[in-house]
Parts: sequence; structure tokens; C-alpha cells
Amino acid sequence: MHKGKGMKFVGDSRISAEKKPNIPKDYSEYPGRTEAFWPNFLLKEWLVGAVFLVGFLCLTLAHPAPLEGMADPGDAAYIPLPDWYFLFLYELLKYNFASGPYIIMGILVLPGLAFGALLLAPFLDKGPGRRPQQRPVAVGMMMLGLASVIWLTYESASAVDWEARAEENKPVAEADVEIDEEDPGFAIYENSCMQCHGDDLSGGAAAPSLIGTEHTADEIADIAQNGIGDMPPDQFSGSDEELEQLVDFIVSVNEEAE
Amino acid sequence: MLQKIYDWIDDRIDITPIWRDIADHEVPEHVNPAHHFSAFVYCFGGLTFFVVVIQILSGMFLTMYYVPDIENAWKSVYYLQTEVAHGQIVRGMHHWGASVTVVMLLLHTLRVFFQGVYKKPRELNWMVGVLIFFIILGLGFTGYLLPWDNKAFFATQVGLDIAQQVPFIGEQLKTLLAGDPEIIGAQTLTRFFAIHVFFLPGALFALLAAHFILIRKQGISGPL
Repeated sequence: MHKGKGMKFVGDSRISAEKKPNIPKDYSEYPGRTEAFWPNFLLKEWLVGAVFLVGFLCLTLAHPAPLEGMADPGDAAYIPLPDWYFLFLYELLKYNFASGPYIIMGILVLPGLAFGALLLAPFLDKGPGRRPQQRPVAVGMMMLGLASVIWLTYESASAVDWEARAEENKPVAEADVEIDEEDPGFAIYENSCMQCHGDDLSGGAAAPSLIGTEHTADEIADIAQNGIGDMPPDQFSGSDEELEQLVDFIVSVNEEAE
Repeated sequence: MLQKIYDWIDDRIDITPIWRDIADHEVPEHVNPAHHFSAFVYCFGGLTFFVVVIQILSGMFLTMYYVPDIENAWKSVYYLQTEVAHGQIVRGMHHWGASVTVVMLLLHTLRVFFQGVYKKPRELNWMVGVLIFFIILGLGFTGYLLPWDNKAFFATQVGLDIAQQVPFIGEQLKTLLAGDPEIIGAQTLTRFFAIHVFFLPGALFALLAAHFILIRKQGISGPL
């Protein structure tokens, strides 16, 4: 490359005004059966990438991303669980030597040692040999770390009933319904049902939501009189006409919610 | 015509050396799966980058709908998931992409480790790579909160409790992440959003650039 005095530049820039031919570097002395990155090898990389992408898209189509109900900070019964790649850290904190008074062990010392050793591996494993059998300590430590992570993840994941968990925490579609308080059925609902099922039919601690119920009108009439599950019978007492108005009201709210 | 455009640009910014640096190199035989099938292990790094690009693109599209606010975050994700055309696929790609990134990154790390490639002169690139691993885990942790559903909220609560138990700086660390020493709420969500979308990606791009420049400078390591 031309440097120093006598260089000609484009305008007042530092770009050389002398044209250099665009010739690729010579690789004839390079050992082995090499291949040019551009375009030969890159084309193969794209093929691998395309196959990978198809597999990845099949995964996303077959399993939609999960979404649970909106966060409810007051839900004391919820059992927290991190994403799967943090499960091993989470499980580690359950051991006696890594929790309670020894929590520093679990959150700082052990992970710090493991990840610190990973970061500083080149300075801990300084020998010249690259083959695994030439550096038994480094490889042994890595195997140990890897086995512990896999074991902890397995221990943590196998204790969870994933399907039941997903079923329990399904998101409830938010029912944005106007309750027509002028409806004759509303007065009856107010008397008989509201105490447990809430003033917007969304349920409460003692009773489920009536919005999105899968019962038919006849079943609703029957449940109001005879109860179901934990619900005692005779919650509704009145004439058949009033029962019909109540059922019509509940059904109409459900229709509006859809 | 194309040649003229190239020459016009080349006259002004001398593009040829840059092009040579990026694309003009030979791929040695021992890393080419076309010659030795077992060389597929060399694909993991590139595939990790590929998934990271998927994450960046799908994430950019997700922010078109996502609202980082405790009233609307969950609703915006629910809307995206149920109403928006292909929203489920884009969110699915981002969700599964996070896991696939971690898997691919782990495989790439193991390949590099067991081949002992981190030894002189590639110590610096190994450390840059481990830092990228930490950044990716940080992205996973902060991104987990954003849908603002129950699992997000309670997992973050546990995470912040752990941060709080760090000696000396625990309280400050938790406040820095959550925006408040006690409450996990609106502040926490906006902070995690900012960290997930601006701070960590910024750090990730810088480290990835360093990673690739170092590879280009040092070349691929020789066969074992």
C-alpha cells in the first residue's frame, strides 16, 4: 500500500485517488481443499439456514407461545417458576447448603465460581494442548458443571405437572359487558345470586364467573334451584316467571360478552 | 450499470478493501461439512447468530403492538396473540427463539470449549463470547416479565428477591432493576422494557461486532 508523500487523494478526503484492481487474494498456497466463502460457501450456509428456519417455523406453528392470565400480585397461591434455562439456579436454592443462612452460597458463590471459571477459562487452562485428553482437569470440570446443570434442571422440571399448570392458568378473555340494571332479571339476580357471583357476574372467591358459562338455559334454571358442586340448593326462590327472567338475563349477558 | 454504480461509490469511499475484509476469505476444509460431515459442529455459532437476527426482527415487530404499561401490557399481548393477523406466529417466533438461542449458544460454547479453541491467541474472543452468553441470559430474564402475566410477575418477584439478598448492594441492585425497593409494578415493567429493548441489545451488538471482527482478524482455528 502506498503511504506518505506523493499520495493523491479524492478531493480533501483521505481516500486514495489511485485505483486498485479488485482482485481476490490468492489462496493457492492455502492448505487443504479450501472453498471461497463468497459465494460458494455462503450459498451452502443459506441452505442450512433455510432448513433450520423451516423447522423453527414448524415449532412455532405447532406450539403457540403460552400466555397466562394477567398478573395478579394478590394471588398468594401462585407457585412461581422461571423460564426453563433458569430452572437449575432455582433448583439449586432449594438445597440446604444453598438456602436460608447459606443463601450467599446459592446466589453468589456457586454460580459465581462456575460462571467466573467459564469466563476465565483461558487463564485457568494454560497448557499448550488443545485436545480434550490433554487437559483432563478443564474437561472434567466442564463435564461436572454440565452434568449438575442438566441434573438440577431435570429435578426441577420433573416435579412440575406442566399440563395441569397450563390448564389452570389459562387466560380469561376479558368480558367487557354492560350489565343492564333495568332488566327485570337483574333485580332477581341481585337478590339471589349477586352475593357470591359478584355485581358484574364475574364471580368471586366463593363462586365462578357466570360469563362464559357452558351451561344451557335449562341447566342454569336447574342450578339456580338445585345447586351444583359447592353451590347449595334453593339459592333462587320465586315464581317460574321470575326464574325465566333470571335465566334470560344471564344468557343475554353471555351473548353480549361473545 | 452495476459496475458503474460500484465504481462511483468506490471512487468516493474506497469500498473494495472493506468488501475484501468481509467476504473474501477461504473456508478451510476441516470446517466445511461438505468435506467432513462432523464439521456440522461449526454451524452452531452461525445458527446462533441467525436466531439472534430472528429475535431482533420479530422483536421489532412486537413493539409495534406492545405497550409497556401495567394496565395494557397483558391486554396488548393478548390482543396480539388472538386478534392481530400472524401476531401469534411473530410472538411464537420471539418466544421460541429465546429458547433456541440459549440452546444454540450452549452448543456453540461447548464446541469451542471441548476443542480448546479459547487458548492463545483467542483468549479475548472467548471472553467476549462468555459476555454475550450473559447478555443473552439477561435478555431472557428481562423479556420474561414483559407479557405481564402471572408467571412473568411471580418469576420476576423471585428474581428480584434473589438480587436483594446479595450482600451490601442487594437493596440498591433491586431498586435499580425494579424502580422501587418494595413494589414490583409500573416502574419495574418500564425498566425491564428499557433494559430488554435498548440497553442489552446495545451491549449485544457491540459485543457481536467485537466477536466477528476478532474472528476475521485471527481466522478460524486449525484442526485438532
